[in-house]
Amino acid sequence: MYTQALNNLDLPQNDEGDPREARFMARIDAEERIEPNDFMPEGYRKTLVRQIAQHAHSEIIGMLPEGNWITRAPSLRRKAALLAKVQDEGGHGLYLYCAAETLGKSREEMMDELVDGRAKYSSIFNYPTLTWADIGMIGWLVDGAAIMNQIPLCRCSFGPYARAMIRICKEESFHQRQGYEQIMTLCAGTPEQKELAQDSLNRWWWPSIMMFGPSDGDSVHSAKSMAWKIKRFTNDELRQKFIDATVPQAHRIGLEIPDPDLKFNEETGHWEIGEIDWEEFKRVLAGGGPCNADRVAARKAAQENGAWVRDAALAYAQKRAARESETLAA
Amino acid sequence: MTTLTLTAPSPHLAFLLRLADDNLILGHRLSEWTGHAPMLEEDIALANIALDHIGAARSLYDRAAELHGEGLTEDDYAYRRDARGYLNCLLVERPNGDFAHTIVRQLLYSAFALPYWAVLTASTDATIAAIAAKSEKEARYHVRHSGDWFLRLGDGTDESRTRTEAALAALWPYTGELFEVDATLEPLIAEGVAADPRSVHAVWQQTIDQALAATGLTVPEVPFMQTGGRTGYHTEHLGFILADLQFMQRAYPGATW
Repeated sequence: MYTQALNNLDLPQNDEGDPREARFMARIDAEERIEPNDFMPEGYRKTLVRQIAQHAHSEIIGMLPEGNWITRAPSLRRKAALLAKVQDEGGHGLYLYCAAETLGKSREEMMDELVDGRAKYSSIFNYPTLTWADIGMIGWLVDGAAIMNQIPLCRCSFGPYARAMIRICKEESFHQRQGYEQIMTLCAGTPEQKELAQDSLNRWWWPSIMMFGPSDGDSVHSAKSMAWKIKRFTNDELRQKFIDATVPQAHRIGLEIPDPDLKFNEETGHWEIGEIDWEEFKRVLAGGGPCNADRVAARKAAQENGAWVRDAALAYAQKRAARESETLAA
Repeated sequence: MTTLTLTAPSPHLAFLLRLADDNLILGHRLSEWTGHAPMLEEDIALANIALDHIGAARSLYDRAAELHGEGLTEDDYAYRRDARGYLNCLLVERPNGDFAHTIVRQLLYSAFALPYWAVLTASTDATIAAIAAKSEKEARYHVRHSGDWFLRLGDGTDESRTRTEAALAALWPYTGELFEVDATLEPLIAEGVAADPRSVHAVWQQTIDQALAATGLTVPEVPFMQTGGRTGYHTEHLGFILADLQFMQRAYPGATW
């Protein structure tokens, strides 16, 4: 999903002619990791800051639709698991903000951009979690799609991002299996439970497919990101991997993919899907999804309601430092 | 799924449920913060503390179910009892309010729970003793976390101090109940299954006094203490907690999730 960030970039001109640029590209080509204090072209830095920040925003906005069910989880085991999962997402957000900070942008700045609508996050979180089944569905589909994107990011050329991704992928992979297990349980349950699962798949399938971003032909900046080894596969390649992995999982537990045109191509060995509604994708990205306004409002409220707490922590730290230096002076 | 009503539970069972309910309801309240805390670090910390409490509740419900027989599970206690059957103290069901309320509530409770778990490690019920040993370690962190924040808020800005003072005044009336001993508890204390909460009052008071002294705040003057939770006489808030908590089990009775 996070590669969505790469599709809407205003890349500045590269520092062409700078000899450091050639050395930088040679290091990239040799699969070396670029570290925060190393030379990097401005375009590379901006691309990364934007992508990592959007990834971080996606993690913390993603806490909201799932957090919506923590107090209503149907068993204590599910409640604890969901709470731990949402806590993991918060941890991912924290890691990623830190990784972005190594490139020179503060967390406060990134947070401000999120709440005033300048920054983007994954379109998927602008859909509502209406039933408990949506919690399993997010784990299975949304985290499943995220993994497809993120596993290649473990080899991303920027060191802090690649390293953060290794742990994040392990946790996401656990979430994906946990989500699928929840949906399996529904499918093995009462007819009402099975219906909850099918209804949820009907609502989340296409938005999950859209998480991979526009088709390669319409994805303007993929080429540069691939040359920089930030991105390793195209949107369509990743989307296809996800579809091929997920369709048989759905069939195995008796769920129907909500796509009348879905068919298996014997020759290529791939599942082929019908037409993606790109108008919906654009609308949701542009702010017109069912929950865009609610998500940003919730973050904004947390930010504003917490301001006095952050001020207090700062004031206390300053008072303490002042007291300590007085003691030292005396 | 019908409502589970326990008529005259044994003191041992009632004690387990009191302790379990304290932990479940407090964990539930803390979990409401997830995604909405003043900073990301606190989203994570509060979720962590919530998980500790919910984990303790689950172990205690398990023990209750074992004692109870009849094939009950942890979920029967959490999802099938109505408000009158819940035995948590009133303090833990008080709303989160602002961050100061949440922190003061946590400090008041955890400053009690830490020494109380410590004495419960000697419980003659080996399961309670084992749960206490694990929970004592967790409670130590809870006291540190809420104590550190109490200091920052109480000695931070004028606004944070005013809010902390207001939270103390609002929540103090619910602290008396933590130390009550009734006919359920008396025989259990004598048997060594339960510990006498009055025996940890001095330690609790010392923790609170230290926190207050560090900020220059004082114990609020409260003419009356509130009580009732241990016999199922709650504040109006508990019903809404249960409406949330039990929604799925009530809407889809008997299903396995």
